[in-house]
Amino acid sequence: MTFINYASREINCKIVYYGPGLCGKTTNLQYIFDSTAPQSRGKLISLATETDRTLFFDFMPLELGTVRGFKTRFHLYTVPGQVFYDASRKLILKGVDGVVFVADSQEERMDANIESLYNLEENLRAQGYDLMKMPYVLQLNKRDLPNIIHTEDLAAELQRKGEPVVEAVASSGAGVFDTLKAVAKQVLTELRKG
Amino acid sequence: MPDTPILLREQQYHEIKAVLARLRMDSSAKVVFLVDKDGQEIASQGEVGSLDTTSLASLAAGNVAATGGMAQLIGEKEFPTLSHEGERESIHICVIGRLLLMIVFDERSSLGLVKLRSRQISNQLATMFKAVTEASNEDLDSPFAGITDEDIDSLFS
Repeated sequence: MTFINYASREINCKIVYYGPGLCGKTTNLQYIFDSTAPQSRGKLISLATETDRTLFFDFMPLELGTVRGFKTRFHLYTVPGQVFYDASRKLILKGVDGVVFVADSQEERMDANIESLYNLEENLRAQGYDLMKMPYVLQLNKRDLPNIIHTEDLAAELQRKGEPVVEAVASSGAGVFDTLKAVAKQVLTELRKG
Repeated sequence: MPDTPILLREQQYHEIKAVLARLRMDSSAKVVFLVDKDGQEIASQGEVGSLDTTSLASLAAGNVAATGGMAQLIGEKEFPTLSHEGERESIHICVIGRLLLMIVFDERSSLGLVKLRSRQISNQLATMFKAVTEASNEDLDSPFAGITDEDIDSLFS
């Protein structure tokens, strides 16, 4: 939920990166963290297993700049992608202002993408949200791998409502900031509507 | 669609800070935070210093959400308080509706005192925050009503 503090002249919004296991949600945050000036971001908190799989969530606050005298801060979260962490995913969606769905472009991960997208819609509904009315971006990640599905085919399968589709290679940073920008714009536009 | 934004006016912010300051004094705590259940820090009072309050707020919310999930699995509505005692520093979290009151304390205080004092001001904080949310719902004067595409684009240039 967006929180506007007049005393500190700050606006805080929550963006959640969602998607199947190993699709690159944490890699998106890691890239943003590595390429942002320390004064613009806080710590990257990762609640991960010993093998670096996300256990609960990753979290990173990011300050983008000032709008109308208010500092805009985005709280970026990832969810654990593995199927059996569904209870955690539900909790992290509470109070979300915008969602990025990170799809894995590899052929063999298509079923996992579809299952995760269905799970996103269901978990949003459980929190009282409707994906069709949320600020939302579809990121097609891992475009550098050899066994990937054609962009148009992937988008045709996964796009829900004409949301922006961004091709990405999160490990090298391609498309990472375009994705963030696309979702952040929608969140701020939503605020304008009030 | 996302929830209605919460607008915290300057006067409300200072009133909340004053209540937190009193709690901090009465409980001999190091720091007192008020956090939204979604992990947004609302106000803090005390020896904040180099503390990463943003991360603390998000982890506190995650902590409460996780234990709340466990509570529901065993047939409880939620666990209204959580305490973590360390060798030197400890944390007590009190769930007040959609607010989390988090108190960081050391050997100058005790869990009993912190629990007692936080319980005493819970109702007052709940009432104050209810007024904040009600005013947010009625407030048509959002500072963002007039933002332009150029304002938004300027953030990314």
